[in-house]
Amino acid sequence: MSAATAGRTVRPVSIASFAQMQNVRRDDEHNEVEMLMPVVAEVFGNIGITKDDVDFICSGSTDYLIGGPFSFVMALDAVGVWPPRSESHVEMDGAWALYEAWTLLQEGAIDAALVYAFGRSSLGDLQEILTLQLDPYYLAPLWPDAISLAALQAQAVIDAGKATEADFAAIASRSRKSALDNPNAQVANDIPAATLLEDEYVVAPLRRHTLPPITDGAAAIVLAAGDKARQWSDKPVWITGFDHRIETHALGARDLSTSPSTAKAAELAGVADGPVDVAEIHAPYAHQEVIVAEALGLDGSVTINPSGGPLAANPLMSAGLIRIGEAAERIRSGGAHRAVAHATSGPCLQQNLVCVLEGE
Amino acid sequence: MAEVEALHASHSLEYPYSRSVGPVIGGFLTGLRDGKLYGVRGAGGSVIVPPTEYDPTTGEDTGELVEVGPGGVVKTWAWVSHPLPKHPLDRPFAWALITLDGADTALLHAVDAGEAGSIATGDRVTVRFRPAAERIGAMADIEAFVPEGGA
Amino acid sequence: MTDDTTTEAPGPVTTLATPIRLDFDFTPGIAQSVFLRGLEQGKFMGQRCPVCGKVYVPSRGSCPTDGVPTTEDVELSNIGTVTTYCVVNVPFAGQSIEIPYICAQVLLDGANLSFMGLIQEIPTDQIRMGMRVEAVWVDADELTPSLASVKYFRPADEPDADYDTYKEYL
Repeated sequence: MSAATAGRTVRPVSIASFAQMQNVRRDDEHNEVEMLMPVVAEVFGNIGITKDDVDFICSGSTDYLIGGPFSFVMALDAVGVWPPRSESHVEMDGAWALYEAWTLLQEGAIDAALVYAFGRSSLGDLQEILTLQLDPYYLAPLWPDAISLAALQAQAVIDAGKATEADFAAIASRSRKSALDNPNAQVANDIPAATLLEDEYVVAPLRRHTLPPITDGAAAIVLAAGDKARQWSDKPVWITGFDHRIETHALGARDLSTSPSTAKAAELAGVADGPVDVAEIHAPYAHQEVIVAEALGLDGSVTINPSGGPLAANPLMSAGLIRIGEAAERIRSGGAHRAVAHATSGPCLQQNLVCVLEGE
Repeated sequence: MAEVEALHASHSLEYPYSRSVGPVIGGFLTGLRDGKLYGVRGAGGSVIVPPTEYDPTTGEDTGELVEVGPGGVVKTWAWVSHPLPKHPLDRPFAWALITLDGADTALLHAVDAGEAGSIATGDRVTVRFRPAAERIGAMADIEAFVPEGGA
Repeated sequence: MTDDTTTEAPGPVTTLATPIRLDFDFTPGIAQSVFLRGLEQGKFMGQRCPVCGKVYVPSRGSCPTDGVPTTEDVELSNIGTVTTYCVVNVPFAGQSIEIPYICAQVLLDGANLSFMGLIQEIPTDQIRMGMRVEAVWVDADELTPSLASVKYFRPADEPDADYDTYKEYL
């Protein structure tokens, strides 16, 4: 596979099933295994399969949310891994776990995979936790929280003349209104942008409505290739392109108003190969949607985040995987033919993943 | 299953990390201790601040340390009206990415800019170091940046 | 700005202290709370898997083999069998038990999973596989929903268990 076609699918892989937990501010009754079990049961139950029908299990989560080591090993109790199974984990959003599973499927090593992601952001101080992902010499010692860093990027977008605070409010208003149709959303309402603009700044230029909620959540996807893809769905949703790229961690070396990694991943995944009906964008902050939509090359005809997106529910470690699942659901339900899903990781959109989906 | 109320307990993780910094980051931190700001020479003669061991664009090894600042230009900013306990200042301040004079990349730090609204992209700021006796070779050796010409 | 000039120039900075601390409000979930509430009442609680029938202790909410919820609570015996053990001789920071001490896996009667316990009231050279042990609890007014309610295990007044009764749990 040459680098130029790296993101294009060699072997057709379908998103056979998707399930997610009801996104909530705090689930302080269930532990991670108890959260995941119904999600795993549903993702298998949707298509009438069991854990014995998948060849590989891959998960995305981070021990920093629970404050304990190897929490992802404990999570395997939600699947049941005896006899021993082939399994992997990424300390990343589940979208990257999906990418790893897709890679194995491309190689023909496996025919089906279970991918899941989970996290309870409610257990700790999320702002402090996220600060620990930063450069330990130059950035972390100043304790710039995620909202502060996002605000720096928002100001860069404004300075570049790409959007205004009113545009951010419009994105927030639209997103949470769309979420009224999403039974799994955490924050759904119909508040006009003009009203939102009356909010105080949290960290200027960001007001509360531009920020994602804090969410506990979990999600799962079953991938299938070959015969299994056809057996498990009459209308498979195919991954036609999949790529991810990362930029330098040094914020001062980047143009924060652009996302070259998203643009590169989009190019390699072939976003522009056809019309895009729906885009599910993992932009936890309203201004980031402007940056990502531009990098993906989307025009005004594309429906963005019909699920409500991360502004309606932002379960850390699952939100990116959910974008892919929600995009797949639009195609499966007939609401779209071709969709793009995006996931992000790291401060200020440092790392970005693009997944292109198509129905038949 | 029995109807039980879920339990809660406080749990803290604490690690006293002490990191070796090497000659590049160490060069920058030594500069801070000595009251100076340094960048490092990168690809095509650019000056990278804060210094990295490699050029972030090309991946090549970086070269010698180059003194930069003490003044610079605000590249972007964000205003914190309610500082968190661990923030650099305990009064309202601006975060800023600051392109120091002589540098091609920007440094993140706090700007002690007085009332809200008194900072903008393009403003010139200059470094305010802590007294020499308090400097140890860390980012906090810089108390904050301040608007050039006084706040 | 003037710098102090000292007669001895300090060397380059070579290390940076970056201490971190994170605080969590931890919740163990419902199933583990069943176990902890049980400890508060002086008993060991497990749960049975509806598929394979095994009883897991501490109760954990799921069967790790079948991946299904375990919702049937089972109270286990206070007595069990030592399946394996080790005698700890190594001092370490934060150690609260005087060395040498015995750390053992205890398979409580009724359980299909052993868990770790401290063994006391026996010389360290007399511990053996198959030994029958019983839990010693703190006084009733000191019981809390934590493993601190169990002081340790001590030899029970029973002959050693047959190897066949615990060989599957090694």
